[in-house]
Amino acid sequence: MRPEDILVPTPSGVCCKPGGFHIDPTRPVDKALITHGHSDHARAGHGAVLATQETLDIMRLRYGDNFAGSTQAVAYGETLKLGDTTVSFYPAGHVLGSAQIKVERKGLRIVASGDYKDVPDPTCLPFELVPCDVFISEATFGLPVFRHHDAAGEVSKLLRSVALFPERAHLVGAYSLGKAQRVIALLRAAGYDKSIYLHGAMEKITAYYQSRGIDLGAVEFVRGAKKSELAGTITICPPSAMTDLWSRRFPDPVAAFASGWMRVRARARQRGVSLPLVISDHADWDGLTATIAATGCSELWVTHGQEDALVHWAQTRGMKARPLDIVGYGDEEESENPAPPEGEA
Amino acid sequence: MNRFAELLDRLAYEPGRNNKIRLIADYLRKVEDPDRGYALAALTGALSFKHAKAGMIRTLIAERTDPALFALSYDYVGDLSETVALMWPSDPAQRANKTPTVTDVVETLSTLGKAQLPAQMTRWLDALDENGRWALLKLVTGGMRIGVSARLAKTAAASLGDKAPDEVEIIWPGLEPPYLELFAWLEGRGDKPTNLDPAPFRPAMLAHALEETDLAGLDAADFMAEWKWDGIRVQAVSGVDQDGNKVARLYSRTGEDISKSFPDLLPSLRLPAAIDGELLILRDGRVQSFNVLQQRLNRKTVTAKLTTEFPIHLHAYDLLYESGDDLRDLPFADRRARLEAFLAKLNDPRIDISPLVTFDTWPQLIAARADPAAGGAGLDAEAVEGVMLKRRDAPYSPGRPKGPWWKWKRDPMIIDAVLMYAQRGHGKRSSFYSDYTFGVWNGDDQLVPVGKAYFGFTDDELKEIDRFVRRNTVNKFGPVREVTHESDTGLVLEVAFEGLQRSTRHKSGVAMRFPRISRLRWDKPPRDADRLETLEKMLDKSGNKVPA
Repeated sequence: MRPEDILVPTPSGVCCKPGGFHIDPTRPVDKALITHGHSDHARAGHGAVLATQETLDIMRLRYGDNFAGSTQAVAYGETLKLGDTTVSFYPAGHVLGSAQIKVERKGLRIVASGDYKDVPDPTCLPFELVPCDVFISEATFGLPVFRHHDAAGEVSKLLRSVALFPERAHLVGAYSLGKAQRVIALLRAAGYDKSIYLHGAMEKITAYYQSRGIDLGAVEFVRGAKKSELAGTITICPPSAMTDLWSRRFPDPVAAFASGWMRVRARARQRGVSLPLVISDHADWDGLTATIAATGCSELWVTHGQEDALVHWAQTRGMKARPLDIVGYGDEEESENPAPPEGEA
Repeated sequence: MNRFAELLDRLAYEPGRNNKIRLIADYLRKVEDPDRGYALAALTGALSFKHAKAGMIRTLIAERTDPALFALSYDYVGDLSETVALMWPSDPAQRANKTPTVTDVVETLSTLGKAQLPAQMTRWLDALDENGRWALLKLVTGGMRIGVSARLAKTAAASLGDKAPDEVEIIWPGLEPPYLELFAWLEGRGDKPTNLDPAPFRPAMLAHALEETDLAGLDAADFMAEWKWDGIRVQAVSGVDQDGNKVARLYSRTGEDISKSFPDLLPSLRLPAAIDGELLILRDGRVQSFNVLQQRLNRKTVTAKLTTEFPIHLHAYDLLYESGDDLRDLPFADRRARLEAFLAKLNDPRIDISPLVTFDTWPQLIAARADPAAGGAGLDAEAVEGVMLKRRDAPYSPGRPKGPWWKWKRDPMIIDAVLMYAQRGHGKRSSFYSDYTFGVWNGDDQLVPVGKAYFGFTDDELKEIDRFVRRNTVNKFGPVREVTHESDTGLVLEVAFEGLQRSTRHKSGVAMRFPRISRLRWDKPPRDADRLETLEKMLDKSGNKVPA
């Protein structure tokens, strides 16, 4: 049996014919298995959605109660029979509720990892290695220049800057699902115990994280705070808000941005960032290659990002490897954080 | 190396001058000798290592990485040093306990032979992390390019001891890395170092801008006036070292040694003195415009052809020092007399005195400024940028004291142009559309871009333009917005500029010097903005600037 007899890559996502479902489809389908809540993977309008409880909750927060015809919560490690296939979910370490999905048929195991990272994150369960024959990997940071191993070091850089410029506000651009809460948790782990300010767009998701027992300390909303009160404070906001009118309420703000893209200077400069923080919720090059090797897979499918380099690397290691041309993955920021209307006070 | 790397990293991204100073000062305060001194040397451009070249770095990385992966990475990152710093294969867990310090690197490189360099670089690159490797490569290959001038770094150093930057500047030429005696003095642990340099730079005195209305509060009898030449303000210094050899140097007004660019002037600095003056090109006794002088700037090598075709000349304004006498505390009128006598003694065709503008009353000076040709500048009028007013009794004080010196530039040229594109600014302005491309009408009644300006407006005007841009966007290209610019809708900007040049690089065929927004013409419909013919008429026969 060939892997393609189980999963077929199509431009709108991976389709499992014998199981009668799609994984992270980018257009509405009858039955969708969703790896995690970022909007490039989790879209509204499917007939049935199977995902972890957290992912379903996050989709409901973002799209409203009617985001799907029906839903089914799947626990990590639980085994489901779908058509002719066996399916189970495992932690992916990307954001709260994120999962890898293993699809098995007649002894052939395929793991669709969604987005993942193999480093500790206090806001979600750690990545679990799932041995398989075919591994479907993302490649957001699939170039050997991307290495982001010291998130704690990046946070101390931020704290040193806050100490050096007490009269300025520090704005930290971060994706509102996952990164924002991880940055807050990292700040707490570094001993920062002051109130952390939040942009309104992060309100619901952050409250949800807290309701799931993730300790983020005291958070406040910027809304209503006076300019002078914001001196010496840290505010987490969507990246797009840093260049928006919204940012003018802060005293001489230092623009920080927590993202794996900050590793490359040209990218940081394009964003007008003055304090880049290399903190990523995706595996870096070393993480991708180590994980792929550890799964023991003989075949690698690469979904989105810098596919060429990862495919080349796998081939030099004797694996079969191919890029999947799925349209619409990898822009979690753009789709996730529509800029608030201009002129919003 | 790690703290130095973090400093370079922050400086490279920080747009604000004062914030850069704070970052450097914080580093100098926290880091011990001699590391901080070598770091200061790196920031002021006082270090250079002749063997470390990009080619060697390229060879090192090629030996360690898959060529296809390197090519993809280099293509993505776009900068060799950065690509190497990021993809250098090293396992953080296997890393040596000891990372090299700035001192290790500087001292090792100063003695290391070319043959040992690759192995040494490899050891260092293995021991450092991404940022450390990037800083190391910046340090050894020179060219920091992080937007820090030597002056800025010295200003930060001075702030350690609450000293004026000029105090550091005066003693700087006599100091050597790692500047132990400098830090000792700044931290109150030692005496002020003395400058033993035989031809030191003396911090320049600068003027404030004058408006015509300011004249009412000033007495014409207190002042002397001279032409403000459109050249390069320099300080030409000559002295004798301990061995009796003559040393001649030319400094920019910020104290940068630019002798190498103008070797043809140095033989004329025969007598021990420090002259404040303007560097110009003189042909057949006539001062040439700045556009001509520009041909001599930013040259890697100065050829005989260049020095013949563009003969250098110094118009002297002031004399700060002569044969052991510091003249800076004398009144200007006395220094001027000393200057005249000195130049008579020097008697060199390449150096002469910048003539005074004679006047008894302000209306006479106003007339001379309006028409320098008739006011005494004659055929050199084209190179006159305005007039300088100097109090007769003023000493030569470094920096920009208010009152003793005034610069009064000629009226700029003015056109009305239409705003076409706006781009977001940086730093404090990152939420504002603050960089404007403007155009004028051509013969086909199309708007053609003629320039870009990002200053001249007030903070309130910036807010008004920003609002206009956001409400009238017709197209977005990344950080750039195209705004509506039709004959009856759009924003007319009054643009002031100092000169015009023909340009093959601009579609309109003209390029402006120092364009800035002088007024917002909300009252004016775009169709009444200026036309390209108006600009073409402003260009004189030779393509040089003409008065408005």
